[in-house]
Amino acid sequence: MSFQIKSPGEAYDVIIVGSGAGGGMASKILSEAGFSVAVVEAGGDFDPAKEEDRTQLRPPWESPRRGASTRNRPFGDFDAAIGGWDIDGEPYTRTEGTEFDWFRSRMVGGRTNHWGRISLRFGPNDFKRKSIDGLGDNWPIGYEDIKPYYDKVDQLIGVFGSKEGILNEPDGYFLPPPKPRLHELFIKKGADKMNVPVIPSRLSILTKPINNDRGACFFCNQCNRACQAYADFSSGTCLVKPAMKKGKVDLYTHAMVRKVTTDEKGLATGVSYISKVDMKEYKLKSRVVVLGASACESARIMLNSKSSNHPDGLGNGSGMVGRYLHDSTGSDRMGFIPDLLGRKKYNEDGVGGMHVYTPWWLDNSKLNFARGYHIEYWGGMSMPSYGFGFGMDTIRKYITDEFGKPSQNGGYGAGLKKDIRSYFGTMVGMSGRGESIPRYENYCEIDNNTVDKYGIPVLKFNYNWTDQEINQAKHMQDTFEEVLTNSGAVLMGEKAGPDSKYGLHAPGRIIHEVGTTRMGDNPNTSVLNSNCQAHECKNLFVVDGGPFVSQADKNPTWTILALAWRTSDFIVGEMKKKNI
Amino acid sequence: MNRRENLKLLFTGSLASGIFMTGCGPEAPKETLHAPTIGEGTKWGRTPEELAENAALQEDVFFTEDEMKKLNYLVDVIIPKDETSGSASEAGVPDFIEFIVKDMPYYKTPMRGGLMWLDTEAQDRYGKAYMEASEDERIKIIDDIAYPDQAKPEMARGVKFFNTLRNLTSTGFFTSPEGFKDLDYKGNTPNVWKGIPDEVMAEHGFKLEEKYLPIYMDPDTRHTLAQWDEEGNLIG
Ligand SMILES: Cc1cc2nc3c(=O)[nH]c(=O)nc-3n(C[C@H](O)[C@H](O)[C@H](O)COP(=O)(O)OP(=O)(O)OC[C@H]3O[C@@H](n4cnc5c(N)ncnc54)[C@H](O)[C@@H]3O)c2cc1C
Repeated sequence: MSFQIKSPGEAYDVIIVGSGAGGGMASKILSEAGFSVAVVEAGGDFDPAKEEDRTQLRPPWESPRRGASTRNRPFGDFDAAIGGWDIDGEPYTRTEGTEFDWFRSRMVGGRTNHWGRISLRFGPNDFKRKSIDGLGDNWPIGYEDIKPYYDKVDQLIGVFGSKEGILNEPDGYFLPPPKPRLHELFIKKGADKMNVPVIPSRLSILTKPINNDRGACFFCNQCNRACQAYADFSSGTCLVKPAMKKGKVDLYTHAMVRKVTTDEKGLATGVSYISKVDMKEYKLKSRVVVLGASACESARIMLNSKSSNHPDGLGNGSGMVGRYLHDSTGSDRMGFIPDLLGRKKYNEDGVGGMHVYTPWWLDNSKLNFARGYHIEYWGGMSMPSYGFGFGMDTIRKYITDEFGKPSQNGGYGAGLKKDIRSYFGTMVGMSGRGESIPRYENYCEIDNNTVDKYGIPVLKFNYNWTDQEINQAKHMQDTFEEVLTNSGAVLMGEKAGPDSKYGLHAPGRIIHEVGTTRMGDNPNTSVLNSNCQAHECKNLFVVDGGPFVSQADKNPTWTILALAWRTSDFIVGEMKKKNI
Repeated sequence: MNRRENLKLLFTGSLASGIFMTGCGPEAPKETLHAPTIGEGTKWGRTPEELAENAALQEDVFFTEDEMKKLNYLVDVIIPKDETSGSASEAGVPDFIEFIVKDMPYYKTPMRGGLMWLDTEAQDRYGKAYMEASEDERIKIIDDIAYPDQAKPEMARGVKFFNTLRNLTSTGFFTSPEGFKDLDYKGNTPNVWKGIPDEVMAEHGFKLEEKYLPIYMDPDTRHTLAQWDEEGNLIG
């Protein structure tokens, strides 16, 4: 293969690497400020409003595998995300005896095309955890610094919810929440008995339009397939494309950034990327480089950007790039509600995701773990797809006929058919998503022995959970059992015990990985300053989950968006002042 | 290829396709109901690699004619026609199973071996292949493997096979148009959801929480642009 470097054209004001949550927000704010912007994206274009990209509203039989998952689509054949845990030609490795699974999407909009849209603000305590429990570190900023940006993100992008006045679950500019579904009322009934709060969920789905470019939700419960009306937030449709329409934004697709280029003073001059179309390397120049390739990928790019000024990788004099990698904890349980057998059929879809959730409600000083978790709920009459009707060899005994007589496990024939019909919509499940303690010992680094198919050295992960997370997972399992039992549900499966770390998923599995380029006031212990600007390279910024000092018991994306907006405002100011 | 050619400006103007609100400014736009496309399509968002993979799987043939005959019989034993809906074979379940064992190759040997096991079992019991046995004889074998909690230990292999076949048949049937009819499935239809019907609330003795009643989304009046006051209270 011939390897040539094309001579660079004119310089852009800003190059943004990645078109996910952070990159998308930066493209909008920086282009609106009048700057010329290049968005360099490793994946292809995607627009769910185009008929050929639409998987929404398709019944299962339009997929030959009835919606089952594939390597490319681990969340099912109709899922909008293209990529997954295991991308052909793009490996990653792990240190023996450690765990980490890395979920990537390769498309315009990144992982926001199918994310769960759970959009929770971090609260005042979430920025100051060290002051509360002595573990980890405080953020160099507080809730008051980011609050104005949360307010703006709410109004620009839209999120429904209810004002609750809970200190560490700050309210926002909410759209109307949808009413609960039937199984959610069963859960609430159970949770009420043990004082576990169940309140309207907070998802970035438009239950009312917020502008004239995006439609309102039409209630199909399929946000993960990406919305043809743009009624749910994804970065491609709500940020990048509008920015392209209004401003000077060039979108480069199928362009895999290898490194940030620097000059003799160690400042960023642009990026080098491999075009997936012709497998050649190209260069782009700019005054400022913004990394939004996702927390681990931005760390990888920095570590791969070695030069005489930055021998250990760009901005890595402290050795902190890749360190403090942390994901949310997660553990799940499900049950079956006999009261719902043979339930009346009606359209139960609603929005894509839960209509109610449980924010963290306890005081950690009285528990054997330091940080909390929230609970997500699912269940009901959602559209059957591959896997529906499985397991009658173990769960049919819970299905009773009109006289209350239970069936036998297994079987066949008209009786089996009737039982499956009656069982449809009776399952409920819950998932805890909690905060872990960020640790120096959990990190990603460059694997010197392995390159991807573009010749770029890959990441090697090194991550282990501690008792903090394991004790938290145990608490989740105990809580789930109690909530389900109180809801009148029959518990399904065995309770996860110590051998499985109480069902605690491997790090990376919850897909909230952050912290790899964390911010801080001390350049020896952090990569970025409180404006997400590299301590050692003033025209390099990171806008994904990398800057997080700690991940809270919330999902990260609303904070990524707010921080990216704040960082972009800072960039605009510095560029106007000619500081960069 | 030069830089310009590599530059992809892919915005297609889909916003102009008439499915969006036409007004501008916060004065409520008039035409707001989104009328989404439903139903068959050809490419449904597949990447070229996925299209090629699916086509290759579809072209490949796994089950022999004899095996297919057996499958056709067995899936209808599991899901027969009744007064609510048709049978598994009528719903195309054997073809679905043919595809799925190629897509998930770990099914291949257990399925082939299980179908063979029926023949060897029928040979041992009746001295003939399974499909040559009488209806009564065939069902006898099934009765011995269909109930995992009662089955004799020596039937374990057959039980395992029948569990798998029950799973695939049930899922194949209930994810087909016939299966949706059977379940009386009402979802996947835009602009219908309105919350729990009153009679269902009454049946289970539930009431919505008073304090949320004023803020819940009202499907009938949801098409005006959102506006907030300075405290973040929704005022429009
Ligand atoms: C199934 C699922 C459910 C989720 N649910 C939620 C939820 O409910 N709430 C929540 O807050 N979060 C959720 N998340 C997480 C959320 O998707 C991420 O936090 C968010 O998308 C991260 O944004 P990002 O800015 O890091 O960019 P990403 O969305 O990760 O996008 C990064 C982009 O950069 C591109 N890129 C990567 N490397 C390169 C390179 N070298 N060169 C060029 N381009 C590159 C990628 O192709 C991609 O498009 C979920 C994720 C998944 C997968």
